[in-house]
This record gives sequence, structure tokens and C-alpha cells, in this order.
Amino acid sequence: MFRNQYDSDVTVWSPQGRLHQVEYAVAAVKLGTATVGLKNRDYAVLVALSKPPSELSASQRKLIPIDDHLGISIAGITADARVLSKYLRSECLSYKHSYESAFPVSRLITNLGNKMQTTTQRYDRRPYGVGLLIAGYDEKGPHIYQVEPSANFFNCVAMTIGSRSQSARTYLERNLSDFINCSKDEIICHGIHAIRSSLPNDELLSKDEGASQLNITIAIVGKDQPFKILNEEENIFYLNMAKKRGASNIISKPEGDDDDNSSPGDEPEPSTRRDPLVAVATMENQ
Amino acid sequence: MNCLGVEQFPDYKVPGVQHVDFSPYESNGGSIVAIAGEDFVVIAADTRLSSGYSIHSRDQSKLFKMSPKTVLGSTGCWCDTLSLTGLVKVRMQMYEHTHMKTMSTDAVAQMLSIVMYNRRFFPYYVSNILAGLDKDGKGAVYSYDPIGHCERATYRAGGTAGALLQPVLDNQIGYKNQNLPADQLPPLTKERAVAVASDTFISAAERDIYTGDSVLINIITKDGVEERKLQLRKD
Amino acid sequence: MMNNSFAQPMWSNGPSPGQFYNFMGGNAPTQLPRELTTAGPFGTKHSTAAITTGSSVVGIKFDGGVLVAADTLVSYGSLARYQDIQRVFKINNNILLGGSGDFADIQSIKRNIDQKMIEDQCYNDGVIMKPGELASWLTRVLYNRRSRMNPLYIDVVVGGVDETGKPFLGNVDMRGRAYNDYVVATGFGRHLALPLVRERKPKDRDFTFEEATNLIRESMKVLYYRDTRSIPQYTVGICTAADCSIKGPFKVEENWTFAETVKGY
Repeated sequence: MFRNQYDSDVTVWSPQGRLHQVEYAVAAVKLGTATVGLKNRDYAVLVALSKPPSELSASQRKLIPIDDHLGISIAGITADARVLSKYLRSECLSYKHSYESAFPVSRLITNLGNKMQTTTQRYDRRPYGVGLLIAGYDEKGPHIYQVEPSANFFNCVAMTIGSRSQSARTYLERNLSDFINCSKDEIICHGIHAIRSSLPNDELLSKDEGASQLNITIAIVGKDQPFKILNEEENIFYLNMAKKRGASNIISKPEGDDDDNSSPGDEPEPSTRRDPLVAVATMENQ
Repeated sequence: MNCLGVEQFPDYKVPGVQHVDFSPYESNGGSIVAIAGEDFVVIAADTRLSSGYSIHSRDQSKLFKMSPKTVLGSTGCWCDTLSLTGLVKVRMQMYEHTHMKTMSTDAVAQMLSIVMYNRRFFPYYVSNILAGLDKDGKGAVYSYDPIGHCERATYRAGGTAGALLQPVLDNQIGYKNQNLPADQLPPLTKERAVAVASDTFISAAERDIYTGDSVLINIITKDGVEERKLQLRKD
Repeated sequence: MMNNSFAQPMWSNGPSPGQFYNFMGGNAPTQLPRELTTAGPFGTKHSTAAITTGSSVVGIKFDGGVLVAADTLVSYGSLARYQDIQRVFKINNNILLGGSGDFADIQSIKRNIDQKMIEDQCYNDGVIMKPGELASWLTRVLYNRRSRMNPLYIDVVVGGVDETGKPFLGNVDMRGRAYNDYVVATGFGRHLALPLVRERKPKDRDFTFEEATNLIRESMKVLYYRDTRSIPQYTVGICTAADCSIKGPFKVEENWTFAETVKGY
């Protein structure tokens, strides 16, 4: 049953220096639907695609408000995300209670990363099986952070995670330089375009008429704008605006999906190693 | 038990030092008036923060906006006020997260009572009046004693001049013991509520040294909270 | 549980030798700090008076910053014991703290604050504490102590500017009572300096830097003349968006020539 002999525990190294269990956890992110985060000078925006897990059920919540200045979108095991969001909420709340101000985003993420790291170093724990995109605003401006189950976190300009996020990533990479000087409306539209490009072509066609049926949820946070998940009306407003703005922008699907590019075996395949993956838009690349 | 014999040391005696037993409480003064109407509620509080004969600040709001429909007025021991409102704000945000909706005025009223009773044997030394719109959009005023007794009313005065102001409200808002037929009593409009609240503060500032400087008036309607400020005696 | 205070746990959250593991996960009840738990045979009585004390602190806000001043005396009862001790501190590039009351308690809370500033620096993310945050934190700490009937006998002035350069000036006392204003004072300054400054306040605008410095000079002079627990030497902290530093010590301009005409005692 084992895919290889070095993945029996989180704490077991492979001879290549990899932690297979941790990598499997990272792969769990790709089981969730796609979500996109991006920012301009004053706002950070999260756009999430929520698809019901079955015909009979409602779609899962993808966006979770944490505090007035911060919210997250998730991809992976929702139950784990709930635990993490509870932690983030109580941290923010107790910070606000002591200091009457918002928890600086970078420090919150550092604390979260430290909490998540312990699960990757103990045999009696398992890593959190959920990837997070965090949109926050503090005195240093808007922030988009990506957090992986491996407890790596990245400060990003734009990022996308979840199933078929490769196409959204392509869109973000292509438009990266435009984001910083965008208006609030434009940055939301960019987010919608990015997420739409991650939809399968047939779904895109069949559901394009009813914009609301896209099951896209949007949240925004920024200057003088507490974290807000847009309501149905605003959603349709922006979906229509995005449609008008750039039908041309919808790119054709790339050939390969990234759904399972992690290698199950232990063959040395440096090209598929997860670690340096965030070439898209981290702040370090700016 | 007393192997260390610590208790045998005399108290520190320093010549000239003033020895006062520590009291955790202090009265910092201030008054609140709240008047509920059919679809609005008015709550007012003065802005003087004092202790004894000194005025610390002439511009300290004692009205705390807890939600778009709820305002809490709190006076008494100012450090307890700060602590209590801080705690209630935290609890309200937790409620908002778990239930995905803002806490209603009635729910805040009930929670405030419980939070205060939790400190039954070391009470928050505060006089609280909570004003807001209830579930039906009607004006609601709740008043509290320091250990959490909660009562809904249509009008209420509290704080250092509470006893001075309540009879005025009984007369002007409650129309107590007036031999006028009901149709001749002026109806309670928003303007009349604001006018009566302002007048009570102007009167209180004449007689209560802990009430004065200025009065902040919050008018809560379904459209939001309107704030007004009126200057009072500063002596 | 048996109280074998010499045996340390074998690992953190683990059992002490001869004890059972208590299965609390990471949520083992943390012990209160020692100063909050030392119990005598009939309960605990904490200190009920300040011993070495600093007198007034005066803070004034002006357009673009704040000034905080205090004389350099720390008294021991009526004895002018330590005459060259600064009571206005620079906390970081945004915050000034002026302390009055029990000086040992001031030093204790100052150590705590300094440790927090070091933690701020360790994050190395360019975020530093703002005066409003420090004032809020102080209310929580001091309120906690007073609620345990073990107060820190202090009355502090917190001043500074926030990240936008907006000035902040506030006062926190030993009970955790806090407020902000354009002028705050502690000790005798509350009776002598406050009225003096309030009288000069223009209705429609803030003080200028010039006016604020003159008022500080004036206040410190009056305080020296009338407060017996004061000396004619003081330091002034200034905090603006551009600069945060302690100036001085300055001397009060004394003039006692009127003394020989005073009769009747």
C-alpha cells in the first residue's frame, strides 16, 4: 500500500532529503477548488470558486472573516481550516483587546507558521491539510500571504491555490505588472478573470449566461474598508463588469493541469519538487 | 508555619510618607440619560471625567458604539468602564463570528447583565445604560445596577446626577401624575426627546459638580447613529 | 497533587519524578507569576503605599507632536533622596513615557516595556509600537494588578506620534483609568499645571511648538515654587514625526528676591 518506504511518518526523511508525508499534505490543497488573491496599492482581494461537493449539498464556505482587517480563503480540508481560523481569530481578538489595534499581518502569519510547523516535526501529529490565502490590511498597506500545509508561507503580490489553479496562475503572471496601479474595481475584475480561467471550458460556456451561477465569492479589505465578503448583488455587479471589461482576457486553457504534478515515487525528480514553486508573484521577486 | 517570621517585620515607616489604604475603586463621575421612542432612541452623556475636585478631561466620551444599532453609556469607576466595554466588545465580535450576524440590542442587554454578575463579589463599579433598537425596530433602553440587575425601560437617567434627572424625565417623558387627557399630551418625537435630554443636562450641570463641560447626544434610528454635541457649564 | 517543589518536570508539560503524567495536551494550566501567588498563612497583604516617589509629570500636545516633562527628583518620604534621576523615558522612536508615583514600580514596568520593544525589533518587520497601543496595554496590566489588590503605585503619561505622525497624549493611573487629552498632568501638576495650560488653549487650534515649550517652562517653574517634593531641575521629552528624544536637564529660573518682603511667619 505504501507508495514508497520513506513515508510511514511525518518525521521520516527520505534519502533525497524529502518529507513525503508533508508533501502529501501539500497535495491536499489541490483537492480544494481554486481561489485567487491579489492586491493593488490600497486593497487586497480574495476571489474563490465554490463548487458543491455533491448535487445534494450546498457549497462549502471558502472565505472566512478573521477580523476587521483580515480574512482568509481556503483550499483543502475545510475542517482543518476551521481550526486554523479559530486560532487566527482568537489571536487577533486578544491582540485587539490588549492594544486596541489590529494585529500586524506579517506577525500573525509568522505565528501561524510557527504553530503549523510543529505538526510537521512530531510523530504524533499530522500537518494541516489546507492551504490558505490571507488578505489583510495594516499600517504597511495591503497584504496577500500564502500558507501551505508544510508551514511555509509567502508574502505575495498575487497568488492562487487549489485545483486547476495553474491557469489562473498563468493569468496572474501575465498581468502582474498591472495590479499595483489598478483601481479597486479593476483589481476585483482581474481576480474574477483569473478564477474564470481556472474553470473547465465546458463549465465556462454552460454557465456563462447566469453570472451568479458561477459560484464565485469575492472579498475585499483595504484602506478604510474593513474585510467584507461581497453580497449577491455586488457579486453580480462585478461579474458583469468583469465580463464587459475583458472577454478577450479569458485565456485559452493550457494543456496540462497541475492537479497531480507531485511525484508519488521517491525517484529524484528535482523538476517537480514543491519547494521553490512560488515563482509567480512573491514580494521577493519584486 | 511562620518559619520565616516575615509578619514580625514592622510596616515600612518613612517619615512624611502619606499612608493610604488602597482602594480599587474611584468615582470618576458623569451622567447618562436615555429616552426611547417608537422607532428611535436617544442617549446622552456628559464629557467630564473627574475624581474628587480635579477634572482630568473635559472631552471624554462615555458613549460606546457597540453595533450600528446599539450604544452603551457607562459611568462610574472609569477603569471598570474601560474594562467592561472592552470585554463586551470582544464577546460581541466572537458572537458575530460564530453566528454570522451582528448581536441584537436585546442580546447585548442580556449578555451585559451576565458579564456584570460574573463579578458579583468584586463588582464593576459602573452605572450602565444601554440604548438601541430592538428586533422590531422599536427604541429600547436597558438600565443596570453595578452587579448586573437589568431592566428594560422607556427612559432612564443614570450616573452621578441620575437621582437628579430621573424625576425630570418622569415628569416630561413619563407624564407621571398629570391630570391631562392622553390626547393633550405632546407626543414623543425625536426632537422633543433630544430637547428634554439636553435640558436635563443643562440642569444637572447647575447642581452636580461631576456633570458638565459638554454633552454628547447619540440619536439611533434605522438609518444609523447621529451624533450631536452641546456645550455645558465648565465650572 | 503532591507538592514536591524541588522536582522539576522531566520535560516541558511532562510529569515530575514520582508524579503522574497529566493528560492536558498543550493546555496545562499555566502557573501565575510568583508575585501574584505568594500567600501568607492568613492570605496576602500587598504593599499599600509608595516608598520612593516621583512627583508631577506634565505633558502637552502641540501641532505635530508632544512634550512630556518631569523634574529629576525621586523622594524618600519628605527626604529629597535622589536628585538626578530622569523620569521621562524614550521608549522607541514613537513613544515617550513620563512616570510618577513609586519609582521602583516605574522601573519595573519600564523593564517590561523595554522587553516588548526588543521583541518588536526582533520581528524586524518595520512595525513598532504606537503610543496608543502602549497606553492600552498599560491599562490592561494596571487594571489586572489593581483587581488582584496588588497594584503598581504609578501614574504615567504616555505621549508620542502614530505612524501617520498624529500626536497622542494620554494618562494611565494605578487602577488602569485612562484618558487622552491635549494636556495631561500627574501629582501636583494636576492642580497647578493643568489650569495654567487649559487657560491658554486657543479654542480653534492646537498649541504651536513655541507655545507648548513656553507652557512647559512656566509649569515647571510654578511646580517648583509650590510643590515641596520638587527640585529646580527637569528634563523634557519631545516626540514628533521627525524626532523623539529627551532634552535637558534644564534649570528652573528661580527668583527669590520677593522672599525678604514676605512677612508674617
